Amino acid sequence: MQKIIIEAGRTERHYWRDLWRYRELFYFLAWRDILVRYKQTVIGVAWAVLRPLLTMIVFTVIFGKLANLPSEGAAPYAIMVYAAMLPWQFFASSLSDASSSLVGNANLISKVYFPRLIIPASSVITSFVDFLISSTIMLAIMAWYQYWPSWRILTLPFFIVIVFAAAMGAGLLLTALNVKYRDFRYIVPFIVQFGLYVSPVGFSSSIVPEQYRLLYSLNPMVGVIDGFRWAILGGESNIYLPGFLLSLGVVGCFLVCGVVYFRKTEKKFADII
Amino acid sequence: MILKGLTFNLLRFTDKRSMSDTVIKVENLSKSYLISHQSQERYTALRDVITNSAKSLAKRLTSPFTSNVSPLAATQEEFFALKDVSFEIKRGERVGIIGRNGAGKSTLLKILSRITEPTSGRVEITGRVASLLEVGTGFHPELTGRENIFLNGAILGMSRVDIKRKFDEIVAFAEVEKFLDTPVKRYSSGMYVRLAFAVAAHLEPEILIVDEVLAVGDAQFQKKCLGKMAEVGEEGRTVLFVSHNMQAIRNLCDGVIWLNDGQVCQIGPTLEVSENYLCQYLHARSLEEVQLAIDALPHDPIFRLEEVAIRQKGSLCTTVLNGHPVDVEIVYSVSQRTSGLRVYFDICDEERNLLIRTFNDDDADSMSTIEPGRYLSKATIPADLLAPRSYELRVYGTIYNVRSIPAGGIGIPLLVEKSNDINRAYPQDPIRSKLLPRIPWQTVPVKEEGIKAC
Repeated sequence: MQKIIIEAGRTERHYWRDLWRYRELFYFLAWRDILVRYKQTVIGVAWAVLRPLLTMIVFTVIFGKLANLPSEGAAPYAIMVYAAMLPWQFFASSLSDASSSLVGNANLISKVYFPRLIIPASSVITSFVDFLISSTIMLAIMAWYQYWPSWRILTLPFFIVIVFAAAMGAGLLLTALNVKYRDFRYIVPFIVQFGLYVSPVGFSSSIVPEQYRLLYSLNPMVGVIDGFRWAILGGESNIYLPGFLLSLGVVGCFLVCGVVYFRKTEKKFADII
Repeated sequence: MILKGLTFNLLRFTDKRSMSDTVIKVENLSKSYLISHQSQERYTALRDVITNSAKSLAKRLTSPFTSNVSPLAATQEEFFALKDVSFEIKRGERVGIIGRNGAGKSTLLKILSRITEPTSGRVEITGRVASLLEVGTGFHPELTGRENIFLNGAILGMSRVDIKRKFDEIVAFAEVEKFLDTPVKRYSSGMYVRLAFAVAAHLEPEILIVDEVLAVGDAQFQKKCLGKMAEVGEEGRTVLFVSHNMQAIRNLCDGVIWLNDGQVCQIGPTLEVSENYLCQYLHARSLEEVQLAIDALPHDPIFRLEEVAIRQKGSLCTTVLNGHPVDVEIVYSVSQRTSGLRVYFDICDEERNLLIRTFNDDDADSMSTIEPGRYLSKATIPADLLAPRSYELRVYGTIYNVRSIPAGGIGIPLLVEKSNDINRAYPQDPIRSKLLPRIPWQTVPVKEEGIKAC
């Protein structure tokens, strides 16, 4: 017989088990978000494709053609930009969707119990579906340029896991902050916009002067994007190992902080939402 | 005799063993909120936090020796939504929670369903809980009926296999077979509610927590839902039920917890507690409003209405029980000798149809003449006459063939709750008549020749 004890400040002993028990809800919420997203917009799925594609074209023209920045090795500039666009779009849309997800599902939170982690996590999943859809465009672009990836493409799942962790960690942190401080939602778009310019999306991180690269890698997306490029472009694309490890550390830190802070504020959500 | 007592005890003993293990145990439960007088918002804005801490920092820098009380603390106040609530619920019990708005009913349910955490105290729950604080939680207007059944079921804690197994039953209960693949935004509100409740009704928890959800839907569907809930209780599941509908509470619950201002006022058998509750909340407030209306009446040279009171068992009220008599007291003054001066009142239904009109001299042999002075006329509406519904009482003074004072009378809302046992064999059956007098009936078998032959 299941026994539940409710007490002030008592951390849920079965939280992670509960999370597992509610996995179907998790699945249904993600499914709902995906269904609704593609039902509501006329262009639907095309949106997931158009956004990174158009941004890629603009970046290629501005950074590759007008500013004449170098690509990585022999890779066409467009492929280099798109390889970065993929994780960046995923990260950015996770952040903005997750951070508004709890407030958007306020009626659920104030009426039903389930581990609250499910809601931002399911919006990260929704963004991940977009990521998978726009990945297929990557293949199309590569076919267009007749650029074949090397064996390194097999390591891509590893980097996907990292970007997933980064998106989840930062997403949870922003979600909790967004519930607590309702004006935080004005900051999120700024973070996303700002991040696009301080991350090496439109250019290669190799153009950053050597002495600043470690500092630059404090931005977790630097490591992630470098990893993606290393895996997709293959050939002469190199990874700056100390920077990559630093980025990895920052991602881990984000994930831990995000989960801890989320869990800490979670119990108060229903009161303040 | 001894043997009889023994078997009786034995029965009770076995009965107790199977039925009496506690499934919900609440000890000294309290929940308090900080109410900020500064802002009406429930959430904090980062902007305010920053400005406040900047302010207090500036204060500390400019006058470092004054006490450093945060500027927020002074404007916040602790408010107890629940205070020291303790009770126990045994397996298979169906318990109603009653109380006025703001008495803490919903807060209690929210804590029991783990939506919010208590400030202090402890709750122990044994068994799977499903709580239904709202019908259709998580319904998405863009999704079809079929999709929403799965989504809502998952939100309420059903597994996909369970939902699939019960899918046809749910659809049949909701009567929406034809519209399964239509987005619910195109549903009528009735269909929407039916579908939502159907999902909830097919949960199979050991403990079911239900908030005021039956207030929605048409009367027939409400009846169906009440029936379904009674069924749930009979299957030996524990039900915790909040409602303002005393009839529903009486039909469903074995016991009642009465909350008042966050504290337990009384716990006991349904009939006893609900009757006490109703007597207490005979809204003195609306009687005050009646008094204001009386005081504002235009001046009349002969007759002046001073006070009107409705009493049951001695206390003032506008909500009464139909199992007990109701007194209507009218105080008025007459400033000159008048013949044919009477007071009377009407009992009307919600549509203002006149049901009863009764005068203070209905029993007199001839038209009477009244001397100047103050008078109290008291009428007693007998027990077992009014039906459980809302009425309007209109009180008048009148001078025969001259005028009614005031012309439109003074209206007093009168809400009647059922406390007698008329129709007890069919509790789900709504009472349709506007009055519910106890009419004696006799049924006997007859021979072929029928009545006219007698």
